[in-house]
Amino acid sequence: MMYPDHKTQRYQKQIFLKELGEQGQQLLSRGSVLVVGAGGLGCPALQYLAVAGVGRIGIVDFDVVDESNLHRQVLYTMEDIGKLKAKVAEIRIKALNPEVEVEIFCEKIGPENALSILSRFDLVLDGSDNFPTRYLINDACVLLNKPLIYGSVFRFEGQLSVFNLPDQGVKTNYRDLFPEPPDPSEVVGCNEAGVLGVLPGIIGTMQATEAIKIITGAGKPLANRLLCYNALNNFVYELEISPLESSGLQIPQTAEDFQKMNYEWFCNRLVSEYKDIDGAAFDQLRSSQTTQIIDVRNLHETPRVTEFEHLRIPLSELGENLHQIDPARPLVIFCQTGVRSIMAAHLITEKIGVRTVYNLKGGIIKWKTQR
Amino acid sequence: MKVTILPFGKLADIFSQQEWALEGVATAGEVRLKLEMTFPALKGMRYLIAVDKKIVDDNCVLGEDSIVALLPPFSGG
Repeated sequence: MMYPDHKTQRYQKQIFLKELGEQGQQLLSRGSVLVVGAGGLGCPALQYLAVAGVGRIGIVDFDVVDESNLHRQVLYTMEDIGKLKAKVAEIRIKALNPEVEVEIFCEKIGPENALSILSRFDLVLDGSDNFPTRYLINDACVLLNKPLIYGSVFRFEGQLSVFNLPDQGVKTNYRDLFPEPPDPSEVVGCNEAGVLGVLPGIIGTMQATEAIKIITGAGKPLANRLLCYNALNNFVYELEISPLESSGLQIPQTAEDFQKMNYEWFCNRLVSEYKDIDGAAFDQLRSSQTTQIIDVRNLHETPRVTEFEHLRIPLSELGENLHQIDPARPLVIFCQTGVRSIMAAHLITEKIGVRTVYNLKGGIIKWKTQR
Repeated sequence: MKVTILPFGKLADIFSQQEWALEGVATAGEVRLKLEMTFPALKGMRYLIAVDKKIVDDNCVLGEDSIVALLPPFSGG
């Protein structure tokens, strides 16, 4: 790989900054960033990453340019309508900076290709426009141990964070923010809700800023923090993110597990399957007020459970009492030894779309003996 | 406790104002439940809760005059 001669004029003004310097510029030229989505967020991010001198940039987008994109996707012109975004973006950013190496992926990112594509880059920038992709990229970055620069927009508001980058030994990711995707009926993208054109321009540029900071070591990247910006009133709100126990339960631990994931189903399912959990996981779940717990044993059965609050609905009466279950909240089912609870789980997941259903393996007997 | 609710994104439509005062709540979970009673549209909606700029779970105990932000996820890009 040829390192560009930074004695040229191009980067002079940023090399002059002591936080960057020649060293920072060299780091940029050796760095690589994958931008997933060459849309509202991706376009400004790609522009600024390219002109900053990032050595290698990847672009993932299978979509074509549409006229309704042009008010915010600033790499594209009227002549580009109908053309593949990734190909046009590549031409545009190479014109901005011929020193940049560009790799394009005109394909939909999925469990079958995400790991091989993402592993080629140091950093990933999420410029996608749907929840399944966001969860997928998140999990892939955790698995591959890559920082993920998250950005999203809605009408006049944006969110920004850096996931999977340790700060004082702590890392957080998208599932620590939003463990559960919204109900499909709630989801509104830019096409339905509308979006102010400049907004993804601002957030996408901020994402590029985070990438530059991470690569060069300048400043403080937005790790373990979420920045919320409202363009209408210039309100900026920054929150602290902490790791959630539940994230670990949901993120695939191996490449094999990852490739079996179905993120479309995860985000769109109205009928869920259930997951077996052990006593330790159960203890984590029951510490949250939102977790519902159901005992499906008959009312006379012992041992009595007084250690935590729960509903008692015997299996034989479950069918008429499904209305007692809130489909939006995680549900744990237990019985004596973990047999009837499986039957209950099947019944519940068939009849009502409870988002997350857990079955206590070994039942309450095992749980009590392990305490 | 008396707290101020700060809704973001679509949630701001439900409250139809930038801030909302709420009384008689002790935890983040109680905020959720009490708001759902007043605004049934909130039931089943996904949003995180941050108390005084720290994202919390439902067990979080509130302080007097806490600012409780409600943030839904955005997918737009």
